[in-house]
Amino acid sequence: MTSKTLQKPLLAILLVLAIVFPMVAANDYYIYVMSLAYIMAIAAVGLNLILGYTGQLNLAHAGFMAIGAYTVGILTVDYGVPYWIAFVVAGIVSAVIGFFAGLLSLRLKGHFFSIFTLCVGFMIYLVIEKSDALTHGTVGIIDIPAPTGIGPIRFDNTWSQYYLVLFFLVVSLWLMSRIVHSLLGRAFVAIRNGEDLAETLGINLMRTKVLAFVLSTFYAGMAGALYAGFVRFIGPAMALESHTFDMIAFILVGGIGTLFGPLLGAILLTWLTQSLQFLQDFRMIVFGPLLILLVMFFPQGLIGYWRERQVRRAAASMQDRRLQRSVIGSQQEVSTNA
Amino acid sequence: MLEIQGLTKRFGGLTAVRDVTTTFEKNRINAIIGPNGAGKTTFFNLVSGYHKPTTGRIIFDGQDVTGLRPDQVAKLGVARTFQSTTLFDKATVLDNLIVGHRLRTASTFWDVILGTRRLKEDEHRCRAKAEEVLDFVGLSPVAHHLAADISQEERKRVAFALALATDPKIVLLDEPAGGVNPEETLGLAELIRKMIRKGLTVCLIEHKMDMIMSLADKIVVLDHGEMIAQGTPAQIRSDQRVIEAYLGADYAAA
Repeated sequence: MTSKTLQKPLLAILLVLAIVFPMVAANDYYIYVMSLAYIMAIAAVGLNLILGYTGQLNLAHAGFMAIGAYTVGILTVDYGVPYWIAFVVAGIVSAVIGFFAGLLSLRLKGHFFSIFTLCVGFMIYLVIEKSDALTHGTVGIIDIPAPTGIGPIRFDNTWSQYYLVLFFLVVSLWLMSRIVHSLLGRAFVAIRNGEDLAETLGINLMRTKVLAFVLSTFYAGMAGALYAGFVRFIGPAMALESHTFDMIAFILVGGIGTLFGPLLGAILLTWLTQSLQFLQDFRMIVFGPLLILLVMFFPQGLIGYWRERQVRRAAASMQDRRLQRSVIGSQQEVSTNA
Repeated sequence: MLEIQGLTKRFGGLTAVRDVTTTFEKNRINAIIGPNGAGKTTFFNLVSGYHKPTTGRIIFDGQDVTGLRPDQVAKLGVARTFQSTTLFDKATVLDNLIVGHRLRTASTFWDVILGTRRLKEDEHRCRAKAEEVLDFVGLSPVAHHLAADISQEERKRVAFALALATDPKIVLLDEPAGGVNPEETLGLAELIRKMIRKGLTVCLIEHKMDMIMSLADKIVVLDHGEMIAQGTPAQIRSDQRVIEAYLGADYAAA
């Protein structure tokens, strides 16, 4: 929505940085951590669509990520389905379950919707944990195969997996950019601003909200599918709401309702957590106050703050130009009169 | 244009609107007045589809719209403003208005994913419409300001513009001059006249009697959900029941 001319070179630089990263990273562990941050970012980008753009706090998001991961895990390990087929099925399964969950839970509004989805998320966790025959219960699924190679490219080491994840991250952001900058995205934002007003503008509330919900669960499912192939071990705990709250933290730090906010937040917080690892559980003592300060002084998140400043500056410069023009105009008038 | 037949709305034991029958003529300014709690906003909510009437019918342009959803009513050409307009404060005024014409476009989710020409044309049309209505309400100079940075009166004008962007036939204005100063009120009244000149029909709720009396072609007076009078401003001013219920003896004398 802001000046696109300035954004394009910036995006190119970021992409180059992301491509160069494994070559300058000190060791494979850094590449591994960065890949995980990207996967979480894809999930958070999806959550941001329903939370940041449409204004509906869905607390079951980690549950849908788990559905995607388990779809891949079950299909590849127990049924020998090739990874990429399972990968596509994972997105579809998450979106279909998301459709029915959305149809039901979006009948509620505001806090009631959030509380209901909290329950939906916990139900997903319970179903995964208790269905031993299908999901291996508390044991989880181990030895999930890595993504099979495509042509000459293999995904059996950290480097290649990093680029695979990066590829999907770029595609996710590109698709999301299309969605949120379109008329459809504007309809989502209108619902966030005020449901009554949105309806008056002829927006079908239920249909539009369910669409946002399904899209966000599709993103969660794809992120889960990538996670399963990357970490290669999954357990029921990944469906817990604490993971949804992690993603919400990413979104808040980076910028709620901004395209790159969830990515920035995911990278920043992942590395912050990593660098505070030596403090073990005490790291929350550093982490908590930092988060509070950030929310106090940058309630729109880092990117939200930056963007607001940009728009203000653009408006001010336009005002200046208009003033100048009117001053010049009146001077000319004076000179002709003289 | 808009025909209301025996409209009643009950919320549990409370009757907010009771058996109202009236008509609003095309290309006229119609006003609804009455004390607080008289059911004016409920009346608007019924017409625009937020509430389903308990009994009665609403005929718009010869079509029965009773019980339709707000978005369906909007598509038929009924626009409305609210007492306070929730704008997206972090976006520009123009950005806030583009979505207003969305209901007249046909592009779907798949157009968005595939980036079709239809979507581009639709977006172009919506932007052009936003610029057009912004110009109409006289806000082109603040088009690129953040919605957070504009004045109360400008916010009122943005609300008008949003309603106009839907290409309506009738515009329902809920207290369009609430919270703005007398001078700005005159400006908004002029804007309402401009909407009439453009061929629109207006129906408004307002407490500012001077504005109503000079502006309205027809006034409907509600009290405790009942219509106690309707007519021209001159008729309303001298109506005994209206004076007792709402205007007060002072106003009638003045």
